[in-house]
Amino acid sequence: MNKAETKINNPDSDIVISTKDLTKCFGSFTAVDHISFEVKKGEIFGFLGANGAGKTTAIRMLCGLSKPSDGEAWVAGYNVETDPEQVKTRIGYMSQSFSLYEALTVSQNIELFATIYGMTPQAIKQGIAQIFQALDMEKEKNTVVKSMPIGWKQKVAFAAATIHNPEIVFLDEPTGGVDPVTRRKFWEQIYRVSSEGMTVFVTTHYLDEAEYCNRVSIMVDGKIAALDTPAGLKKEYDCQTMDEVFRKIALTAKRTD
Amino acid sequence: MGIFRSLVVKETLHVARDKRTVLITLLMPLVLLVLFGFAISTEVNNIRVVAVVDKHTQATRQMLQQLIINEYLTFEGQTSHSEVEELLKTGKADAAVYLHDDNGKISSQIVVDASNPNLAQTYSVYIQGAMAGNLDGPVLTHTLYNPQLKSAYNFVPGVMGMIFILVCAIMTSVSIVSEKQSGTMSLLIVSPIKPRTIIFGKLVPYFILSCILLAIMLTMSYTVLGLPFSVNFLNVVLITLVYIILALSIGLLVSTLVDTQVSALLVSAVIFMLPVILLSGMIFPIDNMPRVLQWFSCIIPARWYIEAMRKLMVQNLALSYVWSEFVILAGMTIIVLGIAVKKFNNIR
Repeated sequence: MNKAETKINNPDSDIVISTKDLTKCFGSFTAVDHISFEVKKGEIFGFLGANGAGKTTAIRMLCGLSKPSDGEAWVAGYNVETDPEQVKTRIGYMSQSFSLYEALTVSQNIELFATIYGMTPQAIKQGIAQIFQALDMEKEKNTVVKSMPIGWKQKVAFAAATIHNPEIVFLDEPTGGVDPVTRRKFWEQIYRVSSEGMTVFVTTHYLDEAEYCNRVSIMVDGKIAALDTPAGLKKEYDCQTMDEVFRKIALTAKRTD
Repeated sequence: MGIFRSLVVKETLHVARDKRTVLITLLMPLVLLVLFGFAISTEVNNIRVVAVVDKHTQATRQMLQQLIINEYLTFEGQTSHSEVEELLKTGKADAAVYLHDDNGKISSQIVVDASNPNLAQTYSVYIQGAMAGNLDGPVLTHTLYNPQLKSAYNFVPGVMGMIFILVCAIMTSVSIVSEKQSGTMSLLIVSPIKPRTIIFGKLVPYFILSCILLAIMLTMSYTVLGLPFSVNFLNVVLITLVYIILALSIGLLVSTLVDTQVSALLVSAVIFMLPVILLSGMIFPIDNMPRVLQWFSCIIPARWYIEAMRKLMVQNLALSYVWSEFVILAGMTIIVLGIAVKKFNNIR
């Protein structure tokens, strides 16, 4: 197949993620049920939902970790099923457990992932210097990850996911189990990479964080129940905060944990 | 190549950080070889023998002399018929020999403590052997390949068959599954690296570790345990390398089937370790098993490996004698590795 054909019809389009009826079934259970949405370049796109709503399954399909049962998804201009190799070089991924190699030091971890993404030794050196400065972690770069507090692991996992300057970074609950101050600081990192033009796709169930996103979608029972800017959603549902919006929408859920 | 190298370095650092595991892995073969080679010995030494002679003649004296000089027997002296039972009961003697000279023709009887039947059989065979020179129509027994009947000869191939399954299958499966559990495997799958690079980056460090173990065990076998050394050891290395790759593939296959480190450990240990010990012919002869178990033992790689090692290391035969074992092991390797790689690629 000609690669150009797998690209989204309009090459000048500023849409970097697009799904059409994306579905994932596990046996008779439909975790993600025909979702369709689009994400624009440079956006911070919030993917909200209760536990078990299907957020992680959806993000795993977009990253190529899970095969869609039905429907299609394009990421960075390529179809995730037919052109996974093209997609993989253009994205970064941070898992909800802040996965890193525990026996390696901070800089060994980041170097490893930079090498895996095909960066040259020179570029790695530069990138690491920049990232350590931005994260204010220069003193900790030779610390073994195993002995670090969770807030640091979060920063390092984020650095490892963005070192290769991907077009899109997928963050799966990047602030789970972290205190409010650290969460606030983490969002500064998200804004920093976003200002450099990176598209950020972030799942969360902290509703205060939804306010920081450009647009949010709320998933209920595997379907997208609402999708708009935080201000738009508040207006539509006649609420003061995203928390209230979420409660109103989540009431319709039939699925329980 | 840079990516592959950094994956191998990463894995090596991970293995090396856990010093206790490394130490256990390197010491285990030494301990097992010493245990099986010396401590767990199926040879019988120091059989305590008493003799009851009703009338001394030239012939009986000669016979007693045979018992005294035999290195496996300890002659405890002569005693009377009435005391024999007491000596056997109190465990002061293992066997008694009755000698009766009937006009120059000696008739004899051996009484053995058969509270352990296996030992009793060995006792009587040894004592008969010791006296054989003086009996009519001596039976000459030649024990080929292992003239001193050393048990180390029997156990070295078995221990090797066990160690590689232990190190390769268990360590690789546990380490891959731990990456699945910690989520780092997802990071690798999301990245542009090819699945085969991930697999080989994972297997190569354990392959190197296994080669180090092989060197240690061969050195032990040919020096301390005194197995006959010849150029055939190159064939030993060749077959063992195939067996190591097979064990690594089994580890990879297990890792694609289970999701937690504990189950990886259990599956590798129960499905692979127990059959290796029980059904591979390492301890119990395959020919003595029920037919069904004999068939079952055919799918156990260690069976073929141990058979090949016996021929190569103990009998010192050439490669052509283990051709069928070699082909079977190589075939198993291709099948298991093929299935494992395919399953790994379909992990999502």
